[in-house]
Amino acid sequence: MTLLEVDGLVKRFGGLQAVGGLDLRVDAGEIVGLIGPNGAGKTTVFHLIAGFHAPTSGAIRFKGASIVGLKPHAICRRGLARTFQIVQPFAGLSTLDNVMVGAFNRVADVAAARGRAIEIIELVGLGGKRDVPARTLTLADRKRLEMARGLATGPELLLLDEVMSGLNPTEIDEIVALIRRVHATGVSLLIIEHVMQAIMALSHRLVVLHHGEKLAEGRPAEVARDRRVIEAYLGEEVSS
Amino acid sequence: MAADASGGRRRFLAALLVLGLGVLIAAPPLLPKYFLDVLISVLFTAYLGASWNILGGYAGQFSFGHAAFFGIGAYTSTLLLLQLGLTPWLGMLAGGGLAAVFGLLAGYLSFRYGLKGPYFSLVTLAFAEMLRVVAVNTKAVGSSLGLVVPSAQSAPGMFIFAGKLPYYYVILAMALAAMALTLAIQRARLGYALAAVRENEDAAEAAGVDALGTKLRAMAISSFLTALGGTFYAQYFAYIDPAITFGPGVSIQGLLPAIVGGAGTVLGPFLGAFVLTPVSELTRAALRGRAGADVMLYGLVLMLVISFLPNGLMGLIGAKRAGRGRASS
Repeated sequence: MTLLEVDGLVKRFGGLQAVGGLDLRVDAGEIVGLIGPNGAGKTTVFHLIAGFHAPTSGAIRFKGASIVGLKPHAICRRGLARTFQIVQPFAGLSTLDNVMVGAFNRVADVAAARGRAIEIIELVGLGGKRDVPARTLTLADRKRLEMARGLATGPELLLLDEVMSGLNPTEIDEIVALIRRVHATGVSLLIIEHVMQAIMALSHRLVVLHHGEKLAEGRPAEVARDRRVIEAYLGEEVSS
Repeated sequence: MAADASGGRRRFLAALLVLGLGVLIAAPPLLPKYFLDVLISVLFTAYLGASWNILGGYAGQFSFGHAAFFGIGAYTSTLLLLQLGLTPWLGMLAGGGLAAVFGLLAGYLSFRYGLKGPYFSLVTLAFAEMLRVVAVNTKAVGSSLGLVVPSAQSAPGMFIFAGKLPYYYVILAMALAAMALTLAIQRARLGYALAAVRENEDAAEAAGVDALGTKLRAMAISSFLTALGGTFYAQYFAYIDPAITFGPGVSIQGLLPAIVGGAGTVLGPFLGAFVLTPVSELTRAALRGRAGADVMLYGLVLMLVISFLPNGLMGLIGAKRAGRGRASS
């Protein structure tokens, strides 16, 4: 079953074309990696899908229904959640309260929301930091908090925006394991990531974005050998 | 160990609150008239602060124009009383409803177009000033001369009492009710949504919180409560005019106790009112005859408090601010 279908997505900011006619699909149960050089338009694609920007043109369908024009909270309620590349915790609230805000998406009762939040906090490995204010968390923990808050909303599709950037190798391994655990609970994922080893290992399929357009798509191993992809990342080979 | 200490402090605080409540209920009949006056003023200020706090403290939308709601409340109940003979006990609900509708309208216009921070403050100030000018220029509501509320004969059914004591108990009940409502909101789902919107609107939306709807809810509750304060004012002082009820003074009387005491906390507005009102009375008494000097001294005290106690007095006494204390204080 197709969860997310993006057709001919275009976003222009004034004269600048950030996304130019992108087609993208995520099937239920899939982990899709969205990669590309800096400035390729990856985060803009997330903003468009999650309702933070309105597309200039193009269609975005989630579970068969168009979500263009819906506000972010409405999209979230339909089961499509996101994290932010630049982590955005509710700094003054505790870890638990942060995650509870997300949990209220699925349960109205305070005690039920607390129970759900506690489970998810354990899942992401923040159990020991449940009651500390989010502003005191380390970057690695804030990234976990972003994921926990997103997960608490009960998504079928979770968009992760560079949850590994700025982390050390040990922390990256932990996040990779966490993403696998999340996937095992039945959540499909669309992941923006610059940490190549991790995204190659995680993704079932990779989509490469360059100058707002799709440069290549396929299994990680194929994409890694693609000449155009290598050029986009490393620059063109100097011909002799 | 730490938990024990904070549990002990919590019990101490609870005991202090119960004791304070006992004094507030039992002592006033024994007080001289002047002190009763001051106490009514304290509770009235606390009530306005608690009303403002829902929107300004919890939702983080810093209104500078709550006088708009206050004036709507005062004028609605008074006009209903004068024109139709309707008791202000019911009139105040009508005023609250009207104020909430106006608040939703003003809020929708402001929030819909993304007004935040100081821009939102200025727009709310403008809404209040607009209503003041309208009232000044409308003969049917008494223009700048205002309206006199009948008060000669005691008529409890019409919210008219002989002596100050009954008014004291009315405002005490209103203040306690506002406090209870604040606590209930803080602990409910709405409290979490308000805190999320205050902390980070984008993140709140991403977590499924309807930011606009949440702010509008806070606006409606806050404006409704503030309007009830307007009716109390009209009945207690038996006179209203546009400068008093729609003027910036009332707006400030609402936001100051909340900020000085601790915005986004249940007890903050009360603490703020119990400190600010006597300070204002004392400076006025000490500097009698020097017009404006008391206001300057009062302003100085405020500047010091805001500079050195950004989280208000609640921050000083260690009750953790809105953040993690939000579900407990």
